[in-house]
Amino acid sequence: MNLLGEDIVTEEGEFVINIGPQHPSTHGVLHLKVWLDGEMIKKIQPHLGYIHRSIEKMSESLSYRNFIYATSRMDYLSAHINNQACALCVEKGLQIEAPPRAQIIRVIMAELTRLASHQLWWGCTGLDLGAVTPFFYAFREREFIMEIMEETCGARLTMNYSVPGGVMYDIHPNFQTRVKDVLKQIRSKFNEYDDILTGNVIFEQRTKGVGYLSPEDAISFGCTGATARGSGVSCDVRKWFPYDGYEKVQFKEILETGGDCYARYMVRMAEMKQSVYIIEQLIDNIPQGDFQAKTKMVLKLPKGEFYQRVETARGELGVYIVSDGAASPYRIKYRSPNFCNLSALETMAVGSKIGDLVAIMSTIDLVIPDVDR
Amino acid sequence: MKEYFVTIYKGVRSLLKGMKLTGYYFTHPREIKTEEYPDNRATLKMFDRFKGEVVMPHDEKNEHRCTGCQACEIACPNGTIKIITKQEIQPDGKKKKAIDTFVYHLELCTMCNLCVVACPSDAIVMAQTFEHSVYDKKQLKKVLNKPGSKIMEGVE
Repeated sequence: MNLLGEDIVTEEGEFVINIGPQHPSTHGVLHLKVWLDGEMIKKIQPHLGYIHRSIEKMSESLSYRNFIYATSRMDYLSAHINNQACALCVEKGLQIEAPPRAQIIRVIMAELTRLASHQLWWGCTGLDLGAVTPFFYAFREREFIMEIMEETCGARLTMNYSVPGGVMYDIHPNFQTRVKDVLKQIRSKFNEYDDILTGNVIFEQRTKGVGYLSPEDAISFGCTGATARGSGVSCDVRKWFPYDGYEKVQFKEILETGGDCYARYMVRMAEMKQSVYIIEQLIDNIPQGDFQAKTKMVLKLPKGEFYQRVETARGELGVYIVSDGAASPYRIKYRSPNFCNLSALETMAVGSKIGDLVAIMSTIDLVIPDVDR
Repeated sequence: MKEYFVTIYKGVRSLLKGMKLTGYYFTHPREIKTEEYPDNRATLKMFDRFKGEVVMPHDEKNEHRCTGCQACEIACPNGTIKIITKQEIQPDGKKKKAIDTFVYHLELCTMCNLCVVACPSDAIVMAQTFEHSVYDKKQLKKVLNKPGSKIMEGVE
């Protein structure tokens, strides 16, 4: 019996353990209740709510300019993309469009964020599977991207750079040269990533064939991002529903058909190269002009419902605003990618060993503040 | 049987490949780009846009640019800024609104920069300080206008 009066060993002889909420490999305060038969996983129940801050309810009392800053705290690794989604949704309601310069800046920043996020994920995946060195190599390159963010946006993680109508201020004069330097550096390091982790025999054996997710399950659970694309489901919002001028840039949607941890890993590794490719196309072609469209002091959305989806580093983020014509939203709902990806965890992990659970969780790339909001 | 040895060969080869890389960095300490923070405080310079805390610049005559319009107070999502205004009697006998105290709660601030953008007279800016930790929470409540300061002439 535990403190709650529940049996630790069930009648069928299954052993119940709690992983988290303070477990290092759950990447935050996720609490998983796992039923085990020996080493085999029989059932998983995620317990949520340890980092719920009621961002959606809080946004109802804030104006359309003010509520955006809170979304940086949802999926803090793709903070800029979250801000961009909110800004785009408000712009949709106001029926304005950001100037071309602002759109290009936003896309470059979003891809840099995606790159930084995937690098952190790569390091943490190595760490979860027992390789400590990749963590330091990943953070080395990520640091350069963080410096770009710090120089132009003024903050490393929670930048709040996208505002309705464009970006908050123009790019820093050093921005273009710094981005080019960093891209050159990152490009030369991709081979190192492959050498140290991708081809490693221990890594391959711990990920290949582990945590299989069929395409049908991926669709029915609403998985998006690399989790679904690893199973061969084409779901890249940048391709299907382009926003902010993604239709003008060339890039490939990465699809793998394996459906296991290794496939999801390969999707993200290839996505990093695509992000570099996107930024390389845009960095020399930032058009001159305004960085922000002219908006009124107090923004008021017309009565109605507005929905905007974007592709974050983890999948599809949807922002749904219901407006009653006032200066603050009537209701805001975020469709967060991690919540849906987490729901597929049980399907992936049941039947595999408990050690594989860590590998599965790290390749879904969960960010818990985004699950709870 | 042959497959068994091929697997061993491939495994050892992949491990050596990884160790070659770590060995390279072990023997080339110049490639390491770590900054040792508390030791480099004298030379550490933050980027000029870094958002550390909100400050109100004063000139040498102890004058600031804040008119007390409270645009920043409205723009702040967290209630970080509280402005207490007073009526000041000018030399020509007219009354004019002026700030008494500009209270800034650093402990509530998320450095979103919305107040600085909202300010119509550029009275507040972001400073590049970042070592904010104190032992008492009360020390984080700051008054931004200096004692005895006045509004700069020509700022409406």
